[in-house]
Amino acid sequence: MPKFLLLKHYRGGPEPHRPVPAMDEWAPEDVEAHMAFQHHVNELLQKNGEYVDAQALTPARTWVRYGGPDNAPVTTDGPLPETSDLVAGWFMIDVESHERALELAAYVSSEPGPGGTPMYEWIDVREVMTLTPSATDPA
Amino acid sequence: MTGEPAPWKDEGALRALVPRVLAGLVRRGEDFDTAEDALQEALLEALRVWPEHPPRDPRTWLATVATRRLVDARRSEAARHRREETVYAEPRPAAAEEGDDTLFLLFCCCHPELAPASQVALTLRAVGGLTTREIAAAFYVPEATMAQRISRAKRLLRGRRLDRPGDLAVVLRVLYLVYSAGHAGRVDLAGEAIRLARQLTLATDEPEARGLLALMILNHARLPARFDDRGRIVTLDRQDRALWDTREIAEGVRVLQSALALERPGRYQVEAAIAALHDDAACAEETDWPQILAWYDDLVALTADPVRQNPAAVLGRAVAVGHVHGAAAGLGETERLREVLGERHRWHAVRGHLHELGGDLPGAATAYAQAARRATDVAERDHLVRQAARARAASPHLD
Repeated sequence: MPKFLLLKHYRGGPEPHRPVPAMDEWAPEDVEAHMAFQHHVNELLQKNGEYVDAQALTPARTWVRYGGPDNAPVTTDGPLPETSDLVAGWFMIDVESHERALELAAYVSSEPGPGGTPMYEWIDVREVMTLTPSATDPA
Repeated sequence: MTGEPAPWKDEGALRALVPRVLAGLVRRGEDFDTAEDALQEALLEALRVWPEHPPRDPRTWLATVATRRLVDARRSEAARHRREETVYAEPRPAAAEEGDDTLFLLFCCCHPELAPASQVALTLRAVGGLTTREIAAAFYVPEATMAQRISRAKRLLRGRRLDRPGDLAVVLRVLYLVYSAGHAGRVDLAGEAIRLARQLTLATDEPEARGLLALMILNHARLPARFDDRGRIVTLDRQDRALWDTREIAEGVRVLQSALALERPGRYQVEAAIAALHDDAACAEETDWPQILAWYDDLVALTADPVRQNPAAVLGRAVAVGHVHGAAAGLGETERLREVLGERHRWHAVRGHLHELGGDLPGAATAYAQAARRATDVAERDHLVRQAARARAASPHLD
């Protein structure tokens, strides 16, 4: 059973199929509907026995690196803080196949946006490497 | 009294009782779903009570307590239904068919309508006697997720007829899936699959069941040599063969011979024969590749369209072709699989191996790097990255 991350992005990825404003500019009932849908996806995955994890990330970002011996760590908010790729959160799922992961990702992408109609958001599907090697020698 | 350890002190012995008791309950007409729940409760109670009050007959004890749970469950159900008094008929004694209890339950758990992951989970719980928590840990999912997967599977079985013989091929595939999942956390799934397959061979004379058992044991024998002390993969050609388990190899060969003697070949028997030939070589150079190739010829001949129906066999055969007829011939064989396996790491890894065999180190480095990019487990990815780096460093400089 492979695991996949269905990554949602604040920014980045292919050209949006349906450009939408930031959520704080939506009608309150549309915001409610959107959040209720996320909750529903959680429940659906749990009911299916496909749920592993779901998390949301704050948009604030700090890049940090080792500063070298005797130096403080170096931080920056990045070269292009307004436009660079930014992950918003994820569902981690444990499913039968890659096809099933794509099916669920497409469902996540149908989440309601402004006006209560689908957002067509691009979802970034990534397979998680397993920690358990198979007990069989390759040929 | 026998000299064997008491069941409550020996987890293996306790778990061996699970399929027998459960099969007894289901055979006398209990619902699989509720019977399985009742038995899980009885097991938990056994672990609590037995250390103080060891039962005279553990199996009867479990069956009695599970039955009491079933009666309780039915009573409260009845009470809920407008307090109607339902008369509970004492169950008929189960028919004594111990020998094929395991087989019967495996057919239930590996029902063809269940998804593979559900078949695996249900088999480990209802036949293997593992707890939901252990199964969840083995597959790195939350316990609630595994519990849900198991109860969904059991719901699907509700109302299905479970008295007809099932599909043994599905059972074998499920056991092999369990084996291939390897050793995860506290649970030795490979060992568990071997234990279940051993039980299965007691219940059926089907040569493929023995073939699968032999295949798993012959592979398992090499497990101690497959990783070095830092957890790095050691490929077959570099393994320290002194670490191989000679007792397991002997057993695997014996089981395989008893299967082949029935003269009804199948994929597991053929794969076991190939594994036995690897196990038989004192060093990599002594591997009998022509004979391995002959078995691979048999393996691919088992399906009408091997490239699509068993591409792993065609890929394994390409390696053997490379060792018998030269690397170029082996690489040529892999070409047929490009469309089917071209995006899988194993295809590129095999090509890396064949390039290396033919002395083409830059070609090997490129193929290994391609394989590493597509690997889906960490140890394999790390191994392939090392292979790529090693082949590149050994390549003649192109300046």
